[in-house]
Amino acid sequence: MKSYLRIDHVGKIFNKGQHATEVLTDITLSIEKGEYVSIIGHSGCGKSTLLNIVAGLIEASSGGVLLEDREVNEPGPDRAVVFQNHSLLPWLTVYDNVSLAVNKVFSGAKSRAERHDWVLHNLELVQMTHAKDKRPGEISGGMKQRVGIARALAMEPKVLLLDEPFGALDALTRAHLQDSVMAIHQKLGNTVMMITHDVDEAVLLSDRIVMMTNGPAARTGEILDVPLPRPRKRLELAGNPIYLKCRQRVLEFLYERHRFVEAA
Amino acid sequence: MNMPLAKTDTASAIPVARPPAAVLPLQIKRAPFGQRAWARLKTTAEHLLPPAIVLALALVTWEILCSGAGSSLPPPSQVLSETWELIVDPFYDRGGIDKGLFWHLSASLQRVGVGYSLAALAGVALGTLVGQSTWAMRGLDPIFQVLRTVPPLAWLPLSLAAFRQGQPAAIFVIFITAIWPIIINTAVGIRNIPQDFRNVAAVLRLNHLEFFWKIMVPSAAPYIFTGLRIGIGLSWLAIVAAEMLIGGVGIGFFIWDAWNSSRISEIILALIYVGVIGFILDRIVALLATIVTRGTAAN
Repeated sequence: MKSYLRIDHVGKIFNKGQHATEVLTDITLSIEKGEYVSIIGHSGCGKSTLLNIVAGLIEASSGGVLLEDREVNEPGPDRAVVFQNHSLLPWLTVYDNVSLAVNKVFSGAKSRAERHDWVLHNLELVQMTHAKDKRPGEISGGMKQRVGIARALAMEPKVLLLDEPFGALDALTRAHLQDSVMAIHQKLGNTVMMITHDVDEAVLLSDRIVMMTNGPAARTGEILDVPLPRPRKRLELAGNPIYLKCRQRVLEFLYERHRFVEAA
Repeated sequence: MNMPLAKTDTASAIPVARPPAAVLPLQIKRAPFGQRAWARLKTTAEHLLPPAIVLALALVTWEILCSGAGSSLPPPSQVLSETWELIVDPFYDRGGIDKGLFWHLSASLQRVGVGYSLAALAGVALGTLVGQSTWAMRGLDPIFQVLRTVPPLAWLPLSLAAFRQGQPAAIFVIFITAIWPIIINTAVGIRNIPQDFRNVAAVLRLNHLEFFWKIMVPSAAPYIFTGLRIGIGLSWLAIVAAEMLIGGVGIGFFIWDAWNSSRISEIILALIYVGVIGFILDRIVALLATIVTRGTAAN
């Protein structure tokens, strides 16, 4: 079976001295080009570990990740990551944070003027051009995350990896940013893999939702297709039967069949 | 409990179009110049008066205590009159070691400048190595921990034996005194680079040089400057002692020479100069730190 991004029988065991913890077991997942896939699960189930393995920041103990049929086992700009806590460099301005990535990735491919335009273009996409000369310390959490998204988009990644990108934001900012991400995905057709623990967010944004069982030794429990047409509108979906059905399915999985034991 | 229902005012339940609230213009009256100048003067005085009063009190106490006939130390008035020539003409040069205080201080500052610069370069480099590589840390850290407790002057005989000359020996003592806090603080700064920044660098595939300049140095800068600031203070502490022993031109030797000729007033003047210059050096490094780490501190 051929697919754009393939996570093939990936397992991860963390060794801490004598103690070995199996975090992920035999995860297999295919993501098609342009698809938006969410990975949802309770905290501690290893979903961030899975994303880090795809990003190449953590090595898989078994199995591997294939991107366009080539194995990837080290980090690179073709799998840009939007980190949960934005990870902007505080000593650089918003513009410089994005241009650091652009200058590195397109050093040979684009001229200086083209790179400058490309940075501004990506800041425009996330509506952050107005703050380009500010430092991360001077802008709000939602704005920082926008810049983080711009930085990742500016690398023109084959796969965009979002690690709970809206987790640290308040509900209103989160909704606003989700809409932005939907619009960008609609416009650019990126392939996206997103880690989340928010059921509504997963259903609203994704084409498919991968539900993970509880750790240790987490595996893919169920994969749900979200057959909602795009573009999706938050308000119209609130009463949509397909939306509610999908939401119901995810909730049942998370709270009935795989209840978080420690929290109970 | 049988409370009568409060009579609802039906009129208030129906929304009535109310006239919009009047916008009150905010009047900012600029205070007249005299008043503003007075306010500025007042804040300045509030900061300058306490140290001035304390200093005056200290001088008066000193004057009273040392004015007696059998006093072993001169009172401030005598210090001033005896050293007036040195204060007004710091630039004279009668050859040999009979020079004005400017020349002594500049000789000391040059030694500190060279020794401290070398210590800063080597210290940041070694600190980076120790912070970045676990192997280097395990190998070097125990040696550093032992060597850094050796008092600066204890290095001087060894240094003189190795270099056979006063000048490089003194510079080496400054170097070896200043380097430890720089190494240790740099290493801590490098070790404390957040994993997030390392991840960003990994995703961007920054090479070692780019990682060093774009992530490591700015991220560790506050720590590095803490080390540099401690280092400059220690070098200035060590130079006086080292110069007392090696002789030649320098503020340390000037103090020693004054002691040998029983010119106590000159010692006191030299101490004031040493203190003021040490303070200025510390401020310069601190100012440099605020300029360089402007962005990092606002994390």
